[in-house]
Amino acid sequence: MNILKLLDKLSHDKFFTAEASRLETLTNMSLFGKKAATAAIPFGLGAMMVTPVKAETATKEFRGTALKSTLTDALQLALVLEYLENEYYALGLSAAGLIPNSDRPVFMQISKHESAHVSFLKSTLTSLGTTPGAKPTFDFTANGSFSPFTDYNQFLILAQAFEDTGVRAYKGQAGNVMSNKVVLQAALQIHSVEARHASQVRRMRANKGWIELANGGNMPSATDPVYAGEDNVNQSGYNTGTLFGAAAGSAAYDEVMSGSDAQTIASLFIV
Amino acid sequence: MKKTIHVSNQGASLDTSRRNFLKLGGIGLAMAGLTLVGCDDNDDFQIINDGNIFDLGTGDVGILNYAYALEQLEADFYTKVVNNFYTGISSTEKEIFTDLYHHEVIHRDFFKAAISSATQNVLPKLEFQYPNVNFNNRSSVLATAKALEDTGVAAYNGAGKYITNAAYLVIAGKIVSVEARHASAIRNLINPGSADFSGDDVVDSNGLDLAKEPKDIVMAAGGFIKTPFTWKERGIN
Repeated sequence: MNILKLLDKLSHDKFFTAEASRLETLTNMSLFGKKAATAAIPFGLGAMMVTPVKAETATKEFRGTALKSTLTDALQLALVLEYLENEYYALGLSAAGLIPNSDRPVFMQISKHESAHVSFLKSTLTSLGTTPGAKPTFDFTANGSFSPFTDYNQFLILAQAFEDTGVRAYKGQAGNVMSNKVVLQAALQIHSVEARHASQVRRMRANKGWIELANGGNMPSATDPVYAGEDNVNQSGYNTGTLFGAAAGSAAYDEVMSGSDAQTIASLFIV
Repeated sequence: MKKTIHVSNQGASLDTSRRNFLKLGGIGLAMAGLTLVGCDDNDDFQIINDGNIFDLGTGDVGILNYAYALEQLEADFYTKVVNNFYTGISSTEKEIFTDLYHHEVIHRDFFKAAISSATQNVLPKLEFQYPNVNFNNRSSVLATAKALEDTGVAAYNGAGKYITNAAYLVIAGKIVSVEARHASAIRNLINPGSADFSGDDVVDSNGLDLAKEPKDIVMAAGGFIKTPFTWKERGIN
């Protein structure tokens, strides 16, 4: 599969957010008919609860190619991100003198997981009757902007950016994989592993393991899109900043990232 | 005047954790029990538990109450930790435990608000106990925190498939990754420089984190939970 084509599709099919899925659910609109612009519409806690849940109904109505491609496109996006992470850590570990010995156990563990995720997603796609996308060609210098394999500080910066992006991107696909309970659970299980990685890498950079406000923590401005929106303190109408302030309130929740935003970030490193 | 309903048969009133909590922050936890609106003044009626044990409910309400129970436990635990930091705690560890306390209290109060806004079937304030935890001991506190955070991750991962409303699923997703970040940090405090932050004891050969069924979670956390409840839909009786 042509990765750029896939990414382009993701950028236009704005239903790639759980909020959009919810909208479809609530209104029974065509899966492809409406945009996720509705993601910006705040919904009250009451509305969350009193609205009868009809996901299964919608699922039945749209069962077929549209639904299947919603599911498998989400997995293809995940696969791209895992390809990226997997190759990144493999190259980092093989770069002589880059990773200090004291940190190698951490990155060997992360690398092991990303490699497993690639295999797992490929076999999942295959089992769903879809050919897994081929690995893109990556350029981790992003056209000469970074030198992660000769500068350990930069290696850590990009590792943090990739992990924090991965957490948000998986979360953003939750609504698109929930039609398949097995896939949903596996996606959640990968998602939390990415979060464990993210916390660890952040802490190796003397950051907190969690994201306060929209501040990645001593990160170059090029990574701002990774953290855009993380300062949200409104969770379904509940102000999470009331008790202890906005930093704690925003850190208590990780935010979703749309498929198109994940595309923008991943594309920086795809030739 | 608001009516407080004490649900547990221990006659729950102000327990230690609540006093500590108020002492610490003075935050608006002005509602320990359930508050009912629209009742007459002055009749301070105490109901339940005359043999009626709270059931978490069915469908998404049950899931939300389940999450609320776990967040109550985590919040209660960290409230105790920050009110009595163990001897020799480092500034980094203090900061981490304070953050975890903040996050879990926010999660707890969020669920309370979310569930209360739409149903009367809101899990009451639970009571907890920590018979094997020494809050003055670093290893004991860290080991308990690790168990609670890993349990939280496994619980959300296992419950996601039972959620039917995509909006709830996203909320659960927003919280579970923060729990995983916590778990990673605590594990790293216990064994720095190792692979334990996402160790082979919680991540399998497919790179998948733990996911556990509600029944197994409640059984695992049961030692901490004094207030009985059921979740018949998920086989917890």
